[in-house]
Amino acid sequence: MKNASENRIWNPEFECLPVEAIRELQLKRLQETVRRVEEKVPFYKNRLREAGLNSDRIRSLDDLRRIPFTTKDDLRDHYPYGLLATPLDHVVRIHASSGTTGKPTVVPYSRKDIETWSELVARLLVAGGVTERDIVQIAFGYGLFTGGFGLHYGAEKVGAAVIPISSGNSERQIQIMKDFGTTALVCTPSYALHLGEVRKELGLEVKDLSLKYGLFGGEPWTVKMREQIQSAFSILATDNYGLSEVMGPGVSGECSQQNGMHIFDDHFIAELVNPETCDPAPLGDQGELIITTLTKEAMPVLRYRTRDICRFLPESCLCGRTYMRMSKVLGRTDDMLIIRGVNIYPSQVETALLEVEGIEPHYQLVLRKRGVLDELEVRVEVDEAFFTDEMKKLHWFEEKLVAHLSKRLNLTPRVVLVEPKTIERTVGKARRVIDLRDEKNA
Amino acid sequence: MKPRQISVFVENRTGRVAEVTRILGEGGINIRAASLADTHDFGIVRLIVDRVDEALTLLRSKQFTALDTEVVAVEIADEPGSLAKVLAILDQDNVNVEYLYGFTERGAQKAILIFRFENTNQAVEALERNRIQILSGEELGRL
Repeated sequence: MKNASENRIWNPEFECLPVEAIRELQLKRLQETVRRVEEKVPFYKNRLREAGLNSDRIRSLDDLRRIPFTTKDDLRDHYPYGLLATPLDHVVRIHASSGTTGKPTVVPYSRKDIETWSELVARLLVAGGVTERDIVQIAFGYGLFTGGFGLHYGAEKVGAAVIPISSGNSERQIQIMKDFGTTALVCTPSYALHLGEVRKELGLEVKDLSLKYGLFGGEPWTVKMREQIQSAFSILATDNYGLSEVMGPGVSGECSQQNGMHIFDDHFIAELVNPETCDPAPLGDQGELIITTLTKEAMPVLRYRTRDICRFLPESCLCGRTYMRMSKVLGRTDDMLIIRGVNIYPSQVETALLEVEGIEPHYQLVLRKRGVLDELEVRVEVDEAFFTDEMKKLHWFEEKLVAHLSKRLNLTPRVVLVEPKTIERTVGKARRVIDLRDEKNA
Repeated sequence: MKPRQISVFVENRTGRVAEVTRILGEGGINIRAASLADTHDFGIVRLIVDRVDEALTLLRSKQFTALDTEVVAVEIADEPGSLAKVLAILDQDNVNVEYLYGFTERGAQKAILIFRFENTNQAVEALERNRIQILSGEELGRL
């Protein structure tokens, strides 16, 4: 299975730096970043001052943990451009990601940020076996989400031929995969599994396709899912991780060893903390991933709480890269759900329901697998506030709920109207989410 | 006073309609007419009962979502062509019928039609003008 391209490193000068050199580089870049945000971003200026800190006091990497965390709420409170460290004129791209309520989280990029981003994604693509000779099919949604564009620019940088097909229309995906000779597939792992089934349904054999590599991210996936995907397409399937708030895809990526994702330590400082105490998690333990950007220009962030839980794998890797590896994401410290690669907060559903007729029904989210794809069902209790005797009005109301939720969540749910009090209440609080999907983070 | 029909929301799972009728039965409520409008996921049970307010209270105390709706009850002769005649009258005046159901009255050789109209007043005016017998809530309850 392994061939020469799978051992290539995009940027060996940086990806194989001795650990001491990485630490030096990190400290230097951290100091620069703190200096910049202190000067340019009022939010950080105040935060640092309140913590009794300034950039001069950052003398070692240990001083990092004296800096207060930045949270999703901080980003939301400064919507849309409150955390910009450059003038808006310098911004050449604006992406956004799901917010906890109605408003998305906004992430602006300078030209240099886009170049950095491309460089990072190039690294993970090459780590996953991709070269300039490859034809890369990007089946991530293109739009405000960072998945599509992120992988696109990285693949272009590597010099591969990029098919910006975006997501959806599975039969066409397979058709194009066959006709265009796609060699690398980029999408969510569950979509890859789904495409595997569509391929079979269309009566195509694995040998009818030219696929060699798959680079998957956007949601947690298990070892078993990786095996299924690899056999469905006879490819090398690697994991990659990122989040819009600090860049997008390109925070970390697996090499062909398929044993943890190399975090690009020259551009990010990753820490693991105990989510309750906020103390550093002992090496080997799992903890919440905290990320500090070192080279972001337009919107640097210090100690961002990702809410993702993982473990660090400190042993050196056979591939030769010296960056710390992280395990796959093992869970969340908040209630965020990932459904078909889309981040959804239950509170978003609440806000969306309130926007329809101003009602506040009791609701519940049920997550299931329909085949290999996730399905979201929103159960809404029908109480006197919106019950009507007319069937068509109830139907119309149900349809309106589906349409509105789709708009707000970027995902189309099923809506089921249920009788009052059928949604469990535990000690006064309803059990909001029932996740019936088996294959979770294993 | 116009007759009030009870509408109850039920999920499309076994036993829900039976539960509604059981509660009313235990409460000594007499159902005069019943209909179940169903769809994929849920249904609406529509009932004409003798004691509307009591029935509502009972159902609500058992966590059912119920409301009362104003309907029009029409009494016609129990013979072929009766229903057609009423509907023709309504048609002529462009009265929109949301739904209807009917039952016969043993002994009196009459039939009762329960109508839900988009515009109740317009419908009642048209029916009265054509001398169709309309029943009040009390009369319906007493049947």
